[in-house]
Amino acid sequence: MNIIVLIKQVPDLVEELELDSSGKDLDREWLKYKVNEFDDHALEEALLLKEEHGGTVTAMALDGQDIDKALYAAAAKGADRVVKITGLEGNPSNHEAAKAFANAISGMDYQAVFTGVQSVEDRDGQLPVLVAHYLGIPHVSVVSGVKIEGDKAVVYKEYGGGMMAELEVDLPAVLGIQAARETPRYVPVARVRRAMRSTEMEEVSAGDVSGAAAGSEVARMFKPETGQGAEMLEGSAEEVADKIVSILKEKGIV
Amino acid sequence: MKVLVVAEHLNGKLEDITFEMLGKAKELGTAEVALLGHNAKDLAAQLGKADSVIYMDSPELAEFNPDTYSKGLKAIVEARQPDIVLVGNTSMGMDLAAALSVDMGMPLVAYAIDVAADKVVSSLYGGKMNVESAVSTPFIASVLAGSFPADAGRGEGSPAVEEMAAPDFGSVKVRFKQLIEPEGGDVDITQQPILVSVGRGIQSEDNLPMAEELANKLGGAVSASRPIIDNKWLPKTRQVGKSGLKVKPKLYLTLGISGAPEHIEGMKDADLIIAVNTDLKAPIFDYAHYGTTVDLFDLVPALTEKL
Ligand SMILES: Cc1cc2nc3c(=O)[nH]c(=O)nc-3n(C[C@H](O)[C@H](O)[C@H](O)COP(=O)(O)OP(=O)(O)OC[C@H]3O[C@@H](n4cnc5c(N)ncnc54)[C@H](O)[C@@H]3O)c2cc1C
Repeated sequence: MNIIVLIKQVPDLVEELELDSSGKDLDREWLKYKVNEFDDHALEEALLLKEEHGGTVTAMALDGQDIDKALYAAAAKGADRVVKITGLEGNPSNHEAAKAFANAISGMDYQAVFTGVQSVEDRDGQLPVLVAHYLGIPHVSVVSGVKIEGDKAVVYKEYGGGMMAELEVDLPAVLGIQAARETPRYVPVARVRRAMRSTEMEEVSAGDVSGAAAGSEVARMFKPETGQGAEMLEGSAEEVADKIVSILKEKGIV
Repeated sequence: MKVLVVAEHLNGKLEDITFEMLGKAKELGTAEVALLGHNAKDLAAQLGKADSVIYMDSPELAEFNPDTYSKGLKAIVEARQPDIVLVGNTSMGMDLAAALSVDMGMPLVAYAIDVAADKVVSSLYGGKMNVESAVSTPFIASVLAGSFPADAGRGEGSPAVEEMAAPDFGSVKVRFKQLIEPEGGDVDITQQPILVSVGRGIQSEDNLPMAEELANKLGGAVSASRPIIDNKWLPKTRQVGKSGLKVKPKLYLTLGISGAPEHIEGMKDADLIIAVNTDLKAPIFDYAHYGTTVDLFDLVPALTEKL
């Protein structure tokens, strides 16, 4: 069982987001990036399956912000190979990214592609299904829990209200992972450093992504209206607690 | 403007998102609903607001299936040539919208909170930034749940229902096995008048008793955002949001929840929302009635003592 895991660096939302001078993108110069949290789950699920069934895990990402660190961290966690896709400039759309991934993956020996079900930057659609359709293989999104049974996977697709569908998928397939069975493992920085020295970073060209444009353009970005926002309660913890108690009394809640 | 709305149904029931999109579609032009299923034609009777319904029936469509539903929808779009296709940015919709986009070469804009003939506004970055895309028809928009009022899409009427034969699905690579209902939990959070809802800001399982104590004092229960459930600190039945439960308590008090769209979906109709979050820019404050940036670890003990 060889699993390819696609990972991506995304802006860390803990930071304040600012616009650049064009007003069409984030000011990325000072942005802090982190691995898309759902990609972390995708990697974890792949590593768990490798522990159960053998095979390899390949972590793959587009070249870009802090990506080497993210790929080496994947190696430190247990990925056997790390692959960086080069040649896409700027911020490619998800359609272009998906096409580049499909180009790279199609020549490889693999049974499954895992990636986070979504990221905070999916303006032109979530990655997993785009990749699947460029590869021409089946897909299931919003998966939490995967079992491998021969050349099939049994997956759990989440709906609202805590409902789940159990689906059987012929491999190879792309799975958009929502949550791994276990909390994604953590690796100390020292282990990442060691992986950096012992792991070979493979580079693959993005290939031809023409015809995979998003088909739309960003006209502007703006912070959502906060007009109807909360009335902020100021003061020390004690003072705010008092204010909350009086609001609750006023509303007859306590 | 011809707008095609992709109906979503589970367990024989149309989901709210269908009506939310239908209301918007009526505003944009003529609204046709694509209904795929098996022995599900009766659902069309609830789509009174639609100008027409196109119904595709096949045993292969009896339950949602990313493979057969994508193929069925593609056949409908090829036949009807809509200007705009509205799909839910939901678990089902995610398996359809991008598939249709690649297969038909139609642009897709996701996380849509507003849609017009020439532009789509998306809510990205966990609700912290809106992005307006310039588009031209035909295009697909996947719509975030709760963006439009469902009531605008409900109404009496008897739209023409046209049946369309299912395409040859070829070799079907995904098979539905079963629907798994959530296990009954200890507490039914949908019935609680007061919820103290904890998020990643609570930091550790060891801090949960603090929230429990506050909830007890208030006469309510503890609910949570998804990461708490993923960490197995609380059972799935306590999860509020898109893949959890929708709640409408008298009081929803959040502790360390940022207010991602997937969480907001489950709680925005609560009567009174009070948010505790150290980040003044956290989107939860856009939905809360009252908010404070006091550290939850300082506030909770103080509040518990005063009650
Ligand atoms: C398909 C899908 C379905 C999903 N369904 C759901 C769902 O049903 N429910 C759900 O909740 N999520 C759901 N999510 C996940 C969602 O996208 C978010 O990841 C999640 O809601 C974030 O949870 P959070 O707010 O607890 O964590 P974070 O976003 O990490 O926020 C933690 C917050 O705590 C604050 N904080 C930190 N320390 C303190 C302190 N000491 N005092 C006060 N505040 C503090 C921080 O400022 C921050 O805003 C879903 C995602 C997907 C892709």
